[in-house]
Amino acid sequence: MWRYAMPIVLFAVLGVFLYRGLYLNPGSLESPLVGRPAPEFSLPSLEDPLREVGSDDFAGQVALLNVWATWCVGCRQEHPYLLELARTSGIPIYGLNWKDDRAAALEWLARLGDPYVASAFDSEGDVAIDWGVYGAPETFLIGRDGTVLHKHIGPLMPEIWRRDFLPKIAKECGSLPCPLVDGEE
Amino acid sequence: MVRILVACLMLVLATPLAFAIEGELGFDDPAMNERYRSLLREIRCPKCLNTSIADSDALIAADLRREVHQKMAEGYTDKEIVDYLVSRYGEFVVYRPPFQPSTWALWGAPPVLLLIGVIVFARILRDRARQPLDEDPIS
Repeated sequence: MWRYAMPIVLFAVLGVFLYRGLYLNPGSLESPLVGRPAPEFSLPSLEDPLREVGSDDFAGQVALLNVWATWCVGCRQEHPYLLELARTSGIPIYGLNWKDDRAAALEWLARLGDPYVASAFDSEGDVAIDWGVYGAPETFLIGRDGTVLHKHIGPLMPEIWRRDFLPKIAKECGSLPCPLVDGEE
Repeated sequence: MVRILVACLMLVLATPLAFAIEGELGFDDPAMNERYRSLLREIRCPKCLNTSIADSDALIAADLRREVHQKMAEGYTDKEIVDYLVSRYGEFVVYRPPFQPSTWALWGAPPVLLLIGVIVFARILRDRARQPLDEDPIS
């Protein structure tokens, strides 16, 4: 009996693992930064190289840090929604312009609209490495105390915002006066 | 004809080498350079699943190579560099993750499976040895 059951049991176990594997995304990695203090940085601003943009700018507030570049297709895709969030969510969005061309980036913002309170210009990608960035677009949610609350890899879309961001923002804000939490109209 | 085939084969075999990180960063000191190269082979490119940052053409792999080079030049040890990258990108970037609760199954499975195999094999051998030799196996 045991002799015949064993292969069937092994097959079933293997089957379960392989079936699960079909629905896992090996490209999405949990960021070890979530729950930890956001790495500090200070970079020249995209608009004005003499001005500095950095983690001090969003200290004390719930904010988004969006990693973007003009060469990044997903960034183009999420751009209209970022504009909408900037208009309606009340959460300030900071940009980390990653390994980009300054003129192209400025032209992009002028043509498509600028959802960012400010964009930092990371031409070498050093700050991006410190933040564990490996592919744009990536969006970090940063809490009031400077903790990374969430990281999303890939274009930020309404259903992702509602599912992953809004509950965390609501929790972070609690009873304190927080910016308007509702991301929808 | 054979010569042409051999030449083609050599070309094909040489291609991966040509895509390696030649012409990029390195160290003048051969020992340091060797350390750098072997460290790059230990770190997995976060963007490309199954290539080390030594072998990947991805943008992020080039940046990580530069980061490793810079940190080595600043005198960081291999462990400090790997720990730094793990703290930013997670255990995913190391080909040899540390032995901890989340990796027990990973490290434990091969020896356990090998042990099961050995036991099964031993039992089969023992059963065979018990069979009388004069019995006709075909019947």
